[in-house]
Amino acid sequence: MMSLTAKFADLRARIDALAGIGRNPFDVRFEKVLSPTVALLDGRPILLLGTNNYLGLTFDAACVAESVRALQELGTGTTGSRIANGTYSDHALLERRIAEFYGKRSAMVFTTGYQANLGLISTLAGRDDHLLIDADSHASIYDASRLSAAEVIRFRHNDPEDLASRLRRLQGQPGDRIVVTEGIYSMLGDTAPLREIVAVKREMGACLIVDEAHSLGILGEHGRGLCEAAGVEDDVDFIVGTFSKSLGAIGGFAISDLEGVELLRLVCRPYMFTASLPPAVIASVTASLARISTDKSLGARVLAHARKLYFGLVHAGFEVGPEPSPIVAVKMPDKETAVLFWNRLVDEGLYVNLALPPATPRSLCLIRSSVSSAHTEEQIERAVSIMTAIGYELRILHRRAIATALATP
Amino acid sequence: MTQNGHDIEREIVQTLTARLPAGVQVSADTRIVQGLGLDSVAILDFIMDLEERFDISIPLDRIAEVQTVAELSRTIETLMGTRR
Repeated sequence: MMSLTAKFADLRARIDALAGIGRNPFDVRFEKVLSPTVALLDGRPILLLGTNNYLGLTFDAACVAESVRALQELGTGTTGSRIANGTYSDHALLERRIAEFYGKRSAMVFTTGYQANLGLISTLAGRDDHLLIDADSHASIYDASRLSAAEVIRFRHNDPEDLASRLRRLQGQPGDRIVVTEGIYSMLGDTAPLREIVAVKREMGACLIVDEAHSLGILGEHGRGLCEAAGVEDDVDFIVGTFSKSLGAIGGFAISDLEGVELLRLVCRPYMFTASLPPAVIASVTASLARISTDKSLGARVLAHARKLYFGLVHAGFEVGPEPSPIVAVKMPDKETAVLFWNRLVDEGLYVNLALPPATPRSLCLIRSSVSSAHTEEQIERAVSIMTAIGYELRILHRRAIATALATP
Repeated sequence: MTQNGHDIEREIVQTLTARLPAGVQVSADTRIVQGLGLDSVAILDFIMDLEERFDISIPLDRIAEVQTVAELSRTIETLMGTRR
């Protein structure tokens, strides 16, 4: 049945073209991960600067010990859904801890962060409702839109004015308005103008969901994310988050203060029709959440590293995202240069993410890095110097310097 | 086709042409997704330009139904008629 896969022929051709430049960037296989910041690739140590392991908790001794204890006491998996045999008292306990962390009434734990968005958004936005999503939303939010029966409208990225005019056009129509935004956007590391979005939401009467996947444990005095940092927690109806980044495991959650959200457990299909998280994961996440609740130094450290990397690359002459954040993206002039740049970084012992259209906003070609509180200052400096050297080698920095000189009268 | 329809179609062709390499011809029958080599994000960005131009929102499911410039023009005309 060749015809079934014929529709992917174009993709095949593009992947083959990438392979002509070097390694397949979508098929990297680490032989061993030695720590949150170093792995073995092709038998050599490689510095990890693109793993979303923001707080470096994947090897935290307390988290690992709790996980091992749960594994031995409760087994490798729950083999069932949350609404059947898959809810242990530890799942319920973690939900209470998450709700307490945010000071909200309820929390629901999902098996992945992807499913948390997929489930919450598609279930809340029903027929006759209007779902308004930021144009740069993560794939899980777009996929939730496809699963939802609501009418889906995109607003311009981080543009509260555009959101307001789209809500205004809906006036007089029945149904709820549900707005979705993210704390930190995963490709360029920019934050949402939440205060302005909240003002629009209040004025026009909408429900607001904020995805804090990349900001949990990083932004806000207590690490509760951009909603806390912006001082709008009381105006946000739902926060969605993940265990797979700052909490170092896998899974997702949604929290809310609204009455009646417990019923979502019985209507939300991506919550109901999949097995629940294994006890070992629940245990390590409970431990890592306790850690970030009490230890503010991790978040402070990752932000210090973020600024060091961001301004180091700005100083070198690279074009980066709009603001310093734990995600630092360097813009490449074209796809071929991006692939070559990424390959050369790996040659020199530095792993980052290669992000190409259509996975990027505005068809940008990006070298995307993310820092961890587990990095040392020396590692961040090494990363900047490797990227700078290769920037000159590939004439990205040289070319930019000339362009700047020509542009100056 | 109404006069309004012609104007909308002309606007779509202009907006689309501005996003394409010089010399690429666009007409009413041009298939927007398959015909022009634009990726999904580029198409949605182009749609957003049109939404701004006509002061409407085109829901994602309506975008998915559209194949040609003429079909997009009809969708926009309908949405402008219902003012949303």
